[in-house]
Amino acid sequence: MELHVKNEEKGTLVSVSGRMDAVSSPEFEKELSGLIDEGNVNFVIDLAELDYISSSGLRSVLATAKKLKTKNGQISLAALQTVVKEVFEISGFSTIIPIYESVEEALAAL
Amino acid sequence: MEPGVHARAEKGGRMPSMKSLKLAATIENLDQFISFVHTCSETCGFEGKRAMEIELAVEEALVNVFNYAYPDGEGEVELRCSVEGDTRFVIEIRDEGIPFDALERPDPDTTAGIEDRAIGGLGIFFIKKVADDVRYRRTDGMNILTVVFQV
Repeated sequence: MELHVKNEEKGTLVSVSGRMDAVSSPEFEKELSGLIDEGNVNFVIDLAELDYISSSGLRSVLATAKKLKTKNGQISLAALQTVVKEVFEISGFSTIIPIYESVEEALAAL
Repeated sequence: MEPGVHARAEKGGRMPSMKSLKLAATIENLDQFISFVHTCSETCGFEGKRAMEIELAVEEALVNVFNYAYPDGEGEVELRCSVEGDTRFVIEIRDEGIPFDALERPDPDTTAGIEDRAIGGLGIFFIKKVADDVRYRRTDGMNILTVVFQV
């Protein structure tokens, strides 16, 4: 799993590529936590290059969302691919974290 | 490292026999198990989304074993793949840990909001959603979770 962080006008864009599984997901949580501690509170997570996510990945996303809530921040996800989209839908996570078709839409909503 | 014996793909892409990989039940071995099941499922003709669903089911089952099976120490877990009757791709996850029937756990509340959301129970929930059949049995001191995907 690789993360690429870019500061946008209204928030922070984090692009995730590869897989978020039980091995790599803690890294995502740690990186996001670090960014939040640095003062970033508005995130768009670009998942166009994310091939796979398991419940461990959802756990990391949820932990990040909960931490942001305590800072009155926000997080949204964009460009989910097929299996990733299915996992978010099955779990009901698609109703608690905003999901957009494209990064542009997600950034515009910040 | 390629696990076990290579099975030559026969005409029609059938797996000729049951293939198995047994390793220590630790997270460090997850990638190896996933590579193994990926190869097995590919031989059966699974690809794309369905192949990933198989990997998801296997990861979730294995992570449960890594986390719960051996609370006092270490143990092993075995992943078996076989084809039954040309139509069923059968995966078995076998461990010798404490009795643990993942199917007994209630489904998570998928309507709960962020504040109330728990992750517990999601793993087995995913397995049930993507597989065509899931069974648990305890035999000879082993937990055996059987997950079936129709070819």
